[in-house]
Amino acid sequence: MNRTRRTATLALVLGGTLFASGCGGGGGFEDGSASKPPASAKGPAALKMLIASSGDAETAAVKAAADAWAKKTGNTVTVTAASDMQQQLAQGFASGSPADVFYMDAARFADYAKNGSLYPYADQVSDNSDFYESLRQTFTYEGKQYCIPKDFSTLALQINTDSWAKAGLTDADIPTTWDQLEAVSKKLTTKDQAGLGIGVGIDRLGAFVVQNGGWWLKEDGSAPSANSPEVTQALEWVQKNVKAGNFKMSNELDSGWGGEAFGTEKSAMTIEGNWIKGAAKNDYPKLKYKTVELPAGPKGKGTLQFTQCWGVAADSKAQAQAVDLVKSLSTVDQQMAFADAFGVMPSRQSAAEQYKTKFPEDAPFIAGGEYGHGPINAAGMEQVVADLNSKLEGFAGANIPQVLEGFDTNASAALKK
Amino acid sequence: MTTTQAAAGPGTSRAPRRGRRGEGQRQSVAGWLFVTPTLVVLGLFLAIPIVMALWVSFSDWNGRGNPFSSRVNLVGAQNYAALLTEPGLSRQDFMISLRNTFYYVIGVVPLQTVLALSLAVIVNQRFLKGRSFFRTAFYFPSVVSSVAISLIFLFLFTGTGAINQFLSIFGIDGPVWFSDPRGLIHLVGDWIGLWNGNRPPAALENTQVMSLSLWEWLSGPSVAMSAIMLQVIWTTAGTFMLMFIAGLQDLPTEVEEAAMVDGANRWQRFRAVTLPHLRPTILLVVTLGMIGTWQVFDQMYVMTQGGPAKTTLTPAYLSYTVAFNQNQWGEGAAMAFLLFMLIFVLTSVQRFWLRDKDVARERKAERAQRRAAKKAVKA
Repeated sequence: MNRTRRTATLALVLGGTLFASGCGGGGGFEDGSASKPPASAKGPAALKMLIASSGDAETAAVKAAADAWAKKTGNTVTVTAASDMQQQLAQGFASGSPADVFYMDAARFADYAKNGSLYPYADQVSDNSDFYESLRQTFTYEGKQYCIPKDFSTLALQINTDSWAKAGLTDADIPTTWDQLEAVSKKLTTKDQAGLGIGVGIDRLGAFVVQNGGWWLKEDGSAPSANSPEVTQALEWVQKNVKAGNFKMSNELDSGWGGEAFGTEKSAMTIEGNWIKGAAKNDYPKLKYKTVELPAGPKGKGTLQFTQCWGVAADSKAQAQAVDLVKSLSTVDQQMAFADAFGVMPSRQSAAEQYKTKFPEDAPFIAGGEYGHGPINAAGMEQVVADLNSKLEGFAGANIPQVLEGFDTNASAALKK
Repeated sequence: MTTTQAAAGPGTSRAPRRGRRGEGQRQSVAGWLFVTPTLVVLGLFLAIPIVMALWVSFSDWNGRGNPFSSRVNLVGAQNYAALLTEPGLSRQDFMISLRNTFYYVIGVVPLQTVLALSLAVIVNQRFLKGRSFFRTAFYFPSVVSSVAISLIFLFLFTGTGAINQFLSIFGIDGPVWFSDPRGLIHLVGDWIGLWNGNRPPAALENTQVMSLSLWEWLSGPSVAMSAIMLQVIWTTAGTFMLMFIAGLQDLPTEVEEAAMVDGANRWQRFRAVTLPHLRPTILLVVTLGMIGTWQVFDQMYVMTQGGPAKTTLTPAYLSYTVAFNQNQWGEGAAMAFLLFMLIFVLTSVQRFWLRDKDVARERKAERAQRRAAKKAVKA
């Protein structure tokens, strides 16, 4: 009898706390899904903002911009720089009271759009069409654009000018086709230095795929298309050059990414985005290099775009204010201020000229806004992409048709879910 | 008065019994009061999360809002099926993580136990000079944060790092440790001419068992995983050394002296006196080692993120990425429970193996006797 009483008490205590925790936090058992019109907090709103900051410069710039808006409108904004963005975002959504405004990565966007965490507000932005079409497409899920792109970056070709001169090459030799890239790589290859160092995975190799007119998924994201001649030939061309020693993957060069191999002069060229500017300035100040557009492939120019958008939470209690904040952070002037502070490229076409005048050396990156391809942005693809990347790690020895066939099988299973 | 009557035993009079019951009740109330803080804390941070995770592992919760809200549906064992019975990426990854961790456990647990025991025996010698220095030195890695040690190991094991510099003295061209996915068994087989690593035997490569080919199952730990194993053995041996020292200090000197008088040499004394005496400690160390190694997470999170080529993926790290990065919370939770069951079963098996055989035999004999007696009565 004693034992049953004890068990009963325990059950009561546990049950009670369970019930309390079940009801609390999430705002009851029913949280309404995203719907127009936006939830507008009465009086001054206290907004929370979660950013994945690249460093102090970025955090300070975003804070200053948010404070300026707060002052003007009488609201308050608390900016938090995440230490682990994925985890903190996920925790926020699970708790039911996520940050009101946050950086949303293109590669993660579709999953969050699918589960209803994001508030679609792009139609409330009057000059939405000023943002690059391809970027807006990246943040479109099932025909609806959810958020506006914050900024973007593209891949281009970096050349170590010292090695270039030493190999007897001039500006006239800057490669504009695959054949020329192969030729200069061969010339630049020495005993201690690879001609071209390429970062591991599809975030670099994908550029060659785009240049050959292929893509991993069909354009509407409904079905995989990696096991196609365009993709296979592009990867096999790179592999052929890796086997011949003209190109080397960064993991063969004992480097974490292409920029490291390039900075430590283990490769004379690399393919990276505009973030290499900061890395070169901070970690390899002696490095002399220049950036040119990627050479065109058989099907024309192509590069990859990486971008984030200003996400607004579906569970935000002050969506109207959040959208207003995002609008103020996305003006041409503000985007230029961010570009000044931490070197990102404005996502507005109307800011492109201003940016090019101010940062002429970045013209090759900006050019990629016209012909670049966004990342894979279908829901449920994270695992499939990770698997593809792991199989391409030992790139020289990879059985490409088999890898791509595996990708198609996995991707069609994931897309059906 | 009450005390004397109570001392007289139950049933002597009614009044004292009532008094005693009142006191008992008061005592039990006080008892409950004292344990309430612990119960609340345990319930809040242990019991409820476990119940929630169990629920999530049977649901289609997508990470948004409350897992107990009406939008979340029960999907039965679907998440478990994706990991165990449905061929696909989820099962493939889970099996890879089990394979990796299996080799990891097989390598780490025996080595760290042997190393810890040897260190303890060395440090426990009564005539060793600077005993406390060595004890501290050996224990030191265990108190340093595993993240800090992981970062140091990252530098030690780079392609041009200290380890490879050291190997090059002997003319050995060391691998780029943390980006080398080649399996050790594959390498050894290749080296002794059992097979050609680049062209694995078709019989092994074409037989698929649970989403992986036999060739993949037989890979052994990758070079990258081996570097992590070395680190873990080095860091944890100190902790377990401490437990062995405690066990060794419990060993009465008389027993050892008696063995000496009987003419046992050093090795015999160790085999026949010290080791049997340490059986409970060994059981503890192996059990803790098993549980800890199956749950390995920090090193993968800091150093490799599961790479190269998924060869350092472990169930704990995979469950984290599947939940947080892939939004498949149900599968992540299901993985955690499968890992729990695996550890539970393995620990029970290992407890059974390492039980005191004499005691077990005695109990068995007792039971047999009782059965025989019962039979005899019936007859």
